Amino acid sequence: MATTLPGRAAAGKTSRGGPDPATPPTKARRKWLSWKRSTPYLLLVPAAVLELLIHVIPMVVGLWMSFIELTQYYITNWSEAPWKGLGNFTVALDFSGPLGRQLLRSFGVTLGFTVLTVGISFGLGLCAALALQRFGRGRGFIRTLFLTPYALPAYAGIITWKFMLQRDNGLVNQLITNDLHLTGNRPFWLIGSNAFVSVVVVAIWQQWPFAFLMTMAGMQVIPDEVYQASSIDGASTWQQIRHVTLGMMKPINSVLLLLLFLWTFREFNTPFVLFGPTPPASADLLTIHIYSSSFINWNFGLGSAMSALLMLFLILVAGGWALWNRRISRDA
Amino acid sequence: MKFRGLAAGVSALLVVAGLAACGGGDDSGSEGDVTLTYWASNQGASLDNDKEILTPELEKFTQQTGIKINLEVVPWSDLTNRTLSAAVSGQGPDVLNIGNTNAVTFQATGGFYPFDDAALAKIGGKDHFVDSAFATAGAPGKPPTSIPIYSQVYALYYNKKMFSDAGLQPPQTWEDLVSDAQKLTDPAKKKWGVVIPGATVNASMHFSFIFGQQNGGDAFDASGKPTFTTPGMVAGVKQYVDLMSRYHVVNPSAAQYSDSAQAAGDFARGDAAMYFAQTSGINVLKQNGMDPEQYGIVPIPAPSGGNDIGSFVAGTNISIFKNTKHLDAALQFVKFMTSDAEQATLNKAYTSLPAVKGVSASFTDDQQKLDTFTDILANRAKPLPLVAGVQAFQANVGGAVVSLIAKAATGAQVSEADVRNALDQAQQKMPA
Amino acid sequence: MREQLSFRIFRWVVLVPLGLFVVVPLYTMIMSALKPLRDVQGAFSWWPTRPTLRPFVDIWSTVPLAKYFVNSLIVTSVATVFSALIAVFASYAISRYRFRGRGTFSGVVLSTQMFPGVLFLLPLFVVFVNIDRTLGFTFLYQTRVGLILTYLTFTLPFSIWMLASYFDGIPKELDECARVDGASALGALFRIVLPTARPGIIAVAVYSFMTGWGEILFASQLTNADSRTLSVGLQAYATEANVYWNQVMAAALVVSIPIVAGFLLLQRYLVAGLTAGAVK
Repeated sequence: MATTLPGRAAAGKTSRGGPDPATPPTKARRKWLSWKRSTPYLLLVPAAVLELLIHVIPMVVGLWMSFIELTQYYITNWSEAPWKGLGNFTVALDFSGPLGRQLLRSFGVTLGFTVLTVGISFGLGLCAALALQRFGRGRGFIRTLFLTPYALPAYAGIITWKFMLQRDNGLVNQLITNDLHLTGNRPFWLIGSNAFVSVVVVAIWQQWPFAFLMTMAGMQVIPDEVYQASSIDGASTWQQIRHVTLGMMKPINSVLLLLLFLWTFREFNTPFVLFGPTPPASADLLTIHIYSSSFINWNFGLGSAMSALLMLFLILVAGGWALWNRRISRDA
Repeated sequence: MKFRGLAAGVSALLVVAGLAACGGGDDSGSEGDVTLTYWASNQGASLDNDKEILTPELEKFTQQTGIKINLEVVPWSDLTNRTLSAAVSGQGPDVLNIGNTNAVTFQATGGFYPFDDAALAKIGGKDHFVDSAFATAGAPGKPPTSIPIYSQVYALYYNKKMFSDAGLQPPQTWEDLVSDAQKLTDPAKKKWGVVIPGATVNASMHFSFIFGQQNGGDAFDASGKPTFTTPGMVAGVKQYVDLMSRYHVVNPSAAQYSDSAQAAGDFARGDAAMYFAQTSGINVLKQNGMDPEQYGIVPIPAPSGGNDIGSFVAGTNISIFKNTKHLDAALQFVKFMTSDAEQATLNKAYTSLPAVKGVSASFTDDQQKLDTFTDILANRAKPLPLVAGVQAFQANVGGAVVSLIAKAATGAQVSEADVRNALDQAQQKMPA
Repeated sequence: MREQLSFRIFRWVVLVPLGLFVVVPLYTMIMSALKPLRDVQGAFSWWPTRPTLRPFVDIWSTVPLAKYFVNSLIVTSVATVFSALIAVFASYAISRYRFRGRGTFSGVVLSTQMFPGVLFLLPLFVVFVNIDRTLGFTFLYQTRVGLILTYLTFTLPFSIWMLASYFDGIPKELDECARVDGASALGALFRIVLPTARPGIIAVAVYSFMTGWGEILFASQLTNADSRTLSVGLQAYATEANVYWNQVMAAALVVSIPIVAGFLLLQRYLVAGLTAGAVK
């Protein structure tokens, strides 16, 4: 609907250009040409306007915010907020100061969290997809079951885990202390260093089905003839998996790993629902660290500077991936 | 032409957005009858308890003035943040409660209506209020942006039966408290000497202030600069954390109590023998099924040789939001809430101390408890520093204490150096 | 093709633990929702000894769940429909035309998809607050309209990206035939491409709806009591003296059912649509 409006406006304009009955065919052709050339732009207008409103402008504003001292006293008095230049960045990157040190620690925690979560999710997804390959009856049921954590709204799954991880009335402690007697002392799962384990496990629970879905789809496009050819050559199931399946899935896997990395690195829901806005140090992921610095301590300038640094890092990762990917495909 | 396309896109966007808004039914009340939105703080045992107490009073106000009140009770864990975001956004209620510890911080945002002399006169004048309570209304020398309604002090609640069964007297010194707690602790039977709201940020700040004062430490110097790492502050925080880390008289699970009411629950069930709480604890315990005869109240004791401070001047103030479109109605409402009649009713229901001179405390028939609270307020309570950094003090020091308690609960020893280090980091995070 | 024994062992070693890992939380959710409050406060029990349906009744009064439900429904549906609609045109342009600026536009779309939401939350918060101040009434900050706009930040780029790859999979000859028959570009889009792309559009809509329904970051700062959505509202069961774990679980179950049901029904499309983007 949005695009038909400018379309009509365009038509109106050309016809208002003045009736010229002497050269009707030329006019018609010119009109058709300009209409054709502008079609893609007209189709893009609504999307471009929205992109501008919700992405480009906020990003510019965000960058600008990172250069001023935007605390609770200045949020509605922009003009009076003192210019800090690179001050916010200096504070964030001064690793001898407490804020810089915490940012660095949060970065380390996030990196560890991401590598573990992505690695294990990917491994589980791949194994499950392999195990379900040529699985007979019940395949559809198992697939649906495995995808359920992914379909569940994020908070519903996480809040269930939060209940399971309670110290006194949770399932996990019931299982390991009372049922299996692995330890006499009920451990804490939501404070202290165990919080890291909890946030990784819960994130894997939500994320591995996506890896499973993607690897499964990747396996489906491998034609049966390739397998047949290799089994005529006498390849065992394992050799087939190694050489045929994994070999042919390389491009998909590399896209999948990048996507998982980018998504996991910015994970917010899991720590926020498990621990609230101020998680324990061991589970202080970057996104929530930025969130609390901004909304609990009311320093939006510093929060924006940290966001900008996070964005820079993700761009570097994606760029590095693209370079590496190009080299791989050139070599192949 | 591109520009027209842009305009068309924007207008299409607005149409859809407008439709969404209408579909949602955001209509505010029609003209004529005024409705005030009021954010009440969680003074009672639960949000429902607050609604039960406030609703009949608000109805009285509506009968008297024709002004309707749209009540929302906000838990303390959300109140500070929501008030700040209301202040910066200009989108907030008409009237709201704030913790008096935050009065100066909120005043500095400029988001609240300043009560000048004329406005004060409308609600009965400065002399209508108890001096110590009114001193928390805002920074000295400026028109206050909040008016006290409930005053409170901290005290030590102890379970009479558990004490007499063990042949103990209520503690007079901190050392007594620790040794009593050790005798009363029996993890096998799930009995603990003391319960603390370990993960509650604001209460943790309160305790660091009180125990810091007992050890001669001040959180801020005369010029308003934070001094969290003075020996007194470190000793005070250590004294508190030691309950969990050194003496093991607190159930480690309490390190996850993110609301003071959870600690009240343990005390009411008899799982803990002692509990630090404000005056309103009487009502909270009653709601949890514990009668006032079952427990006694003494001032929170100081270590021998320390300063006899057992509380700060705690309480709740009421503020008018600067952007309100119904200033007159809001002033009428504040006048109503601070009237002698309402002060008597509400402070009785919430078991807090009235903030006005004309009404005396009447929340319990137990004269001894009343006297204890009056004594604490008069002789053992110090006001919190009236500086704008108090909210950051609460977030940073309260947060630091919460993480120290968490560390202690997971089995680690918390040394004096750990405490100093945590407080030092909190101090460095304070806005310059 | 015969499978080796070792592979069959591998299959069960993988599937059984994974199945347990997936099922245990779902089991906990369902079983705990059937217990009275008392039974979720003490040590965890594997079986509801006193099963009750009370939690499913109580959830509606403990917190205004119905209101949150409606808010979630409005915000998520509008954002979904809106982004799918806009994405159809944009993706068609990207997929069918070669024009100046095409690379830039796809680049912007693709890159915004990878940026963390918090990057947009801070400026949007400040922008919304200041727009409302200028307008003099609450239009964006903590309203459903504002929330819908923020949800477009993640639904729109994904929809464009996914639909464009889906359109790429539809042979160009189809719409060229239509064009020869005299149809306009839009005519070809509506009469030929859209019907063929229906699975892709459904997939985009399902995915947008799912992510919107589960969104927490924006909802936690940009809603108030009136506009609060389920994702934030669910935490209200845990702010008081009692944590009503049985009700939390019942509410989590109730708010999940429409999503999981929709997912199960439309699973085929979603899988096809999602993978169309990645496999290519």
